Amino acid sequence: MSSIAGTHDPAHDHHDDHGHHGPAAGLMRWVTTTNHKDIGTMYLWFSGTMFLVGGIMALAIRLELFEPGLQFFDPDRFNQFTTMHGLIMVFGAIMPAFVGFANWQIPMMIGAPDMAFARLNNWSFWLLPFAASLLILSFFTPGGAPGVGWTMYSPLTVQMGMGMDFTIFAVHLLGMSSILGSINIITTILNMRAPGMTLMRMPMFVWTWLITAYLLVAAMPVLAGAVTMTLTDRHFGTTFFNAAGGGDPVLYQHIFWFFGHPEVYIIALPAFGVISQVIPAFSRKPLFGYASMVYATSAIAILSFIVWAHHMYTVGMPVTGQLFFMYATTLIAVPTGVKVFNWVSTMWKGSLSFETPMLFAIGFLILFTLGGFTGLVLSLVPVDIQLHDTYYVVAHFHYVMVAGALFSAFAGIYFWIPKWTGRMYNEKLGQIHFWLTLIFFNMIFFVQHFLGMAGMPRRIPDYPLMFETWNKISSIGAFGFGLAQLLFLYIVLDCIRNGEPAPQKPWDGADSLEWTHLPTPAPYHTFETQPVVK
Amino acid sequence: MSARKLFAVLAGLAALGASASAYAIEWYFREPGSQLARDIDQLHQYVMWLIIVIFVGVFGAMFYSCFAHRKSVGHKAEQFHENTTVELIWTIIPAIILVIIAWPVTKVVIAQKDTSSPDLTVKVTGYQWKWGYDYLKGEGEGISYLSTLSTPRDQIDGRAPKGEHYLLEVDNEFVVPVGKKIRILTTAADVVHSWWVPSFGAKQDAIPGFIRDLWFRPEQTGVFRSQCVELCGKEHGFMPIVVKVVSQEDYTKWVADQRKAMAASAEDVNKQWSLEELKARGEKVYAANCVACHQASGKGAPPAFPPLDGSKTVTGPKEGHIDTVLNGRPKTAMAAFGAQLSDTDIAAVITYERNSWSNKSGIVQPAEVKARRK
Repeated sequence: MSSIAGTHDPAHDHHDDHGHHGPAAGLMRWVTTTNHKDIGTMYLWFSGTMFLVGGIMALAIRLELFEPGLQFFDPDRFNQFTTMHGLIMVFGAIMPAFVGFANWQIPMMIGAPDMAFARLNNWSFWLLPFAASLLILSFFTPGGAPGVGWTMYSPLTVQMGMGMDFTIFAVHLLGMSSILGSINIITTILNMRAPGMTLMRMPMFVWTWLITAYLLVAAMPVLAGAVTMTLTDRHFGTTFFNAAGGGDPVLYQHIFWFFGHPEVYIIALPAFGVISQVIPAFSRKPLFGYASMVYATSAIAILSFIVWAHHMYTVGMPVTGQLFFMYATTLIAVPTGVKVFNWVSTMWKGSLSFETPMLFAIGFLILFTLGGFTGLVLSLVPVDIQLHDTYYVVAHFHYVMVAGALFSAFAGIYFWIPKWTGRMYNEKLGQIHFWLTLIFFNMIFFVQHFLGMAGMPRRIPDYPLMFETWNKISSIGAFGFGLAQLLFLYIVLDCIRNGEPAPQKPWDGADSLEWTHLPTPAPYHTFETQPVVK
Repeated sequence: MSARKLFAVLAGLAALGASASAYAIEWYFREPGSQLARDIDQLHQYVMWLIIVIFVGVFGAMFYSCFAHRKSVGHKAEQFHENTTVELIWTIIPAIILVIIAWPVTKVVIAQKDTSSPDLTVKVTGYQWKWGYDYLKGEGEGISYLSTLSTPRDQIDGRAPKGEHYLLEVDNEFVVPVGKKIRILTTAADVVHSWWVPSFGAKQDAIPGFIRDLWFRPEQTGVFRSQCVELCGKEHGFMPIVVKVVSQEDYTKWVADQRKAMAASAEDVNKQWSLEELKARGEKVYAANCVACHQASGKGAPPAFPPLDGSKTVTGPKEGHIDTVLNGRPKTAMAAFGAQLSDTDIAAVITYERNSWSNKSGIVQPAEVKARRK
């Protein structure tokens, strides 16, 4: 949409790098670093580690559900796994992955030298390992981790042991990290863009992160409030969520979902951003409907604050409440539809090639849309009342979270890893990774729609015999999916160690500053003199 | 019905290669047993058809593009990147489709919420982990009982073959007459539960300290099975809901039988029981109410579920033991059984606990329990 010309030769950009501005040596480089690329790398490795930890818990769940009866874990332990799988995947794996992308990409894409608050950036990251340790350590406290589900509904939380307090404190730390990171991202984007990089010229990924950061700043304190009230109900004699003292357990659900629904878009919007970079690059054609993409993203963000009670149709709201939340929820289909139509139109009459990032982007497009459609089904009050808290819901949100966010993260990693490491990944293995992930993903989750419709509740460690077949298929798929991700780990390590050197711009259609203005690999410090965007 | 056929084909394909189950493969809503469930089924099919049409249209175009506009066949990229008319059309048309969907759905929402003028009103209480049914108004008023999982522990732990209704069977089924409007009031004693009968399209959370309601009108007699659908702690997967819909005659007969049974079970709390009598009865009460947490061995699963064998409460003064069973322990999973069990049952289970495993700490008579009730 805009032609871009630098003030000087790209190769010239890092002329003063060597010598005095390189990274410190050894472990202390990572502890003390204020460099956005180092911090981005740490976010991504942290996310990958949590993805494995959360994945092992998912496999434990699927192992127990392979056949009816209790074989491996007692129900209490099973509940602990479902809880921690959810919390670790949402707060430990998916969110940090996209913050990692933001750290690496935003300064390079807007022509800034680094993030606005470099030391704050370091602190935002280093809160995470402590929070994650608390979550994992809760398993080793008396009574184990809390078995309350990632939604932590009161008053079940009041019955839990010390692990619940570990989890509450971990959520506080994670929220703090997100808020600090978001303030940093907002400040960077609003103040540090290169001359000529107007808001409406920013790459779509930057736009989606700007909006996401506002969502985070608005939503995370609400979650902190909810868990703090849980903490005081547990230990300090308050009765926020206890009817016996004038409180209301449903109040917790309202507060949680007031955070929880924007959270869905906190995860989805940066994923949309990555897809909006990848699809034009491999279609060799500009993103269709750039302005409407910006408006659609903003509309989704605003709507996300007025639909929370669609997670609570069965709590017994008045009929007007149910109707309001139903109408508001179905409205989200409009801007989301605009985005899907725009992506397909971007591909239309392009010159398409199907390298791994594009495969994951197309996989995202189809499966995320499927998850959006089941969301439309669930938005309808009577149908939701039939499906609420069944496996249909489990299938729905895994289409959005895994086929949505995770596929998009894979697309982003394959897309940018040449710029980050200076080396190409193994294209053939990348494509195998895509096909295995796609097939096993559907094997796990497509059949769960059937389970939910047939009446299988979620979060149960054992089930009636009529659900056996689908559960077996789902469990086999889960182990296949897990193995496929080990292949991904190998691909990344192989790329870093043995990959072929990558050119400055390995993808023909890529047009943002990191490809047009920076050598590969991106030097430690970039854009100390800002380019001029025309 | 053709939506069902389409799903059946897809489902059949997906099932290939999976190990065979002795049971029919369930992949769609259960056969509707009330008008509400039928409405929900129809709404779902209606929306699914819309979705399938849009899905095929959008991704048909995408796959055509993937095929025809490939770089490998030398397709050159055009550079268009906006078109206001097209963008307006695909904003407005989905909005119109939503309005078309909203109309029939709204009618069902309103019908679903209309709990007025019921023939029978029953309060359903969720406990960790069983359901309580209290007939409040209509034929059968005053009947009250608990409904607990009756699947033997051996089946769950794999020591015995699993029965046909594994995890979907209870000691006391919830009995209602056919063709009558049944209003259910839900509440809970401890944490949030959720009461669901898919065949009637009836689901409502049971919230401690609050009353919510729902209704259904069963159209045929039969047994309808389901489970608790809100995570309520350790045994969440083991508190089924079984509704037995009977003809009006059978219902009247059932009410009479219940009345007789209740009269017969009204016991003299001042009766003095022997240790053996109390222990024998207590063992049954223990198996129905206590064993899930404290285990048959009395060893529990510490620290969340403490052992009773050698426990301070169980081997200490009777009063403390009686109070714990009557009132529960706040902030733990230990429920208050005062409202669920009779004085005799509580005396029996306490006596059983005080004289089992390595414990030897005396008999508690029903009168002593009655004296501790507030």
